[in-house]
Amino acid sequence: MTEKIFATPGAALEGLLFDGMTIMSGGFGLSGNPESLIPEIRQAGVSGLTVISNNAGADGFGLWMLLESRQIRKMISSYVGENKLFEQQYLSGELELELNPQGTLAERIRAGGAGIPAFYTKTGVGTVVAEGKPVETFDGEAYVRETWLRADLSIVKAWRADPAGNLVFRKTARNFNPNMATAGKVTVAEVEEIVPAGTLDPDGIHTPGIYVDRVVRSTINEKRIEKRTTRAREGAAV
Amino acid sequence: MAWTRDEMAARAARELKDGFYVNLGIGIPTLVANHIPVGMQVTLQSENGMLGIGPFPYDDEVDPDLINAGKQTISELSTSSYFSSADSFAMIRGGHIDLTILGAMEIAANGDIANWTVPGKMVKGMGGAMDLVAGVKRVVVVMEHVSKQGDPKILGRCTLPLTGAGVVDLVITDLGVLAVDREREVLTLLELAPGTSVEEVCDRTGARIVLAEVG
Repeated sequence: MTEKIFATPGAALEGLLFDGMTIMSGGFGLSGNPESLIPEIRQAGVSGLTVISNNAGADGFGLWMLLESRQIRKMISSYVGENKLFEQQYLSGELELELNPQGTLAERIRAGGAGIPAFYTKTGVGTVVAEGKPVETFDGEAYVRETWLRADLSIVKAWRADPAGNLVFRKTARNFNPNMATAGKVTVAEVEEIVPAGTLDPDGIHTPGIYVDRVVRSTINEKRIEKRTTRAREGAAV
Repeated sequence: MAWTRDEMAARAARELKDGFYVNLGIGIPTLVANHIPVGMQVTLQSENGMLGIGPFPYDDEVDPDLINAGKQTISELSTSSYFSSADSFAMIRGGHIDLTILGAMEIAANGDIANWTVPGKMVKGMGGAMDLVAGVKRVVVVMEHVSKQGDPKILGRCTLPLTGAGVVDLVITDLGVLAVDREREVLTLLELAPGTSVEEVCDRTGARIVLAEVG
């Protein structure tokens, strides 16, 4: 079997990065981000990047690092609020932004991984999202055509991996990661734990290893919390 | 007295039915979860990939891998499930969610809704809102009746870029409850908040209102 496990995040990206490339980066908000791989892209200094990711990080965290270093030329996202740096670069015209409805973004990525160049959806019909795109009627309702998204490289974050590259995600840190893993020409997964073959239940694999080319253990697991909300224990003294 | 935010959420909770799968938006809609009637089974979906949202966690159980679509830390239930973003939106776009309750900046008598951008100000993005209004079986909007400047938010036609065209079923405001007849482009006043009047609602609405027939 080809060795998929790499020693360091830097080694896992060796030979994969180039100027002007398209990168998919998993995560929803600050959860499930490839926190160890992003700094390596910054370190490599590649520029003119198109980055496909639901959000664009937060101050000092995640993709924000590649915004700060001016390596990103264009973002394809669904929500970029709560990010001052993004706002500045967008308003000054340095950064191009393509906003997609979140479900359309997810499905475009899924379609890219599944070899489906286009599909129709009701989402966005009658809005700016549908402008310039073909609209067709099916069973009496209007649907807009959306096209696939694929990337030169997908970087994803999983909880556990085995030597075959099979991945298991944890709770809502899964989000876009399994979809993006299918849509990269090369997919690099950083994981919290690499386990021996036979450890993961084959029935419980979320991403089969065929989609994963390289695996590396995370060196950064900050897992920043954006909004810490809690409840008091019943009967607890205040 | 017009309804408070919590009273609006309580009124919105009366749109829930036993067995419903529901997606709640950010803001007042999130408060609806506090008003689910005891004994009623309602399963909350979070578009970042979870079905069966539990309450906020205890302080020592906070898990950064477990958040809702508003990025708040939450907890899981014994019946919760997790899935990818594509699976999550297949649920939403495939018509499997019974009800969504959302905030809005404007709605119109034809059922149009605008809640994602104000041109000239920073574009934050639509997130999952366009998918929700297009794909969920019933769309209920909960919002203040007028803007902070006192301008009507319920209009004949939206002035802001749309989130969805012809999708809203019901709107609950601090002043009352209005049903949207998208075909006839008519709003029917179903309920008044205490201390408000039909005249006040009509004055503060930018679209034609008819009164519900009292049966």
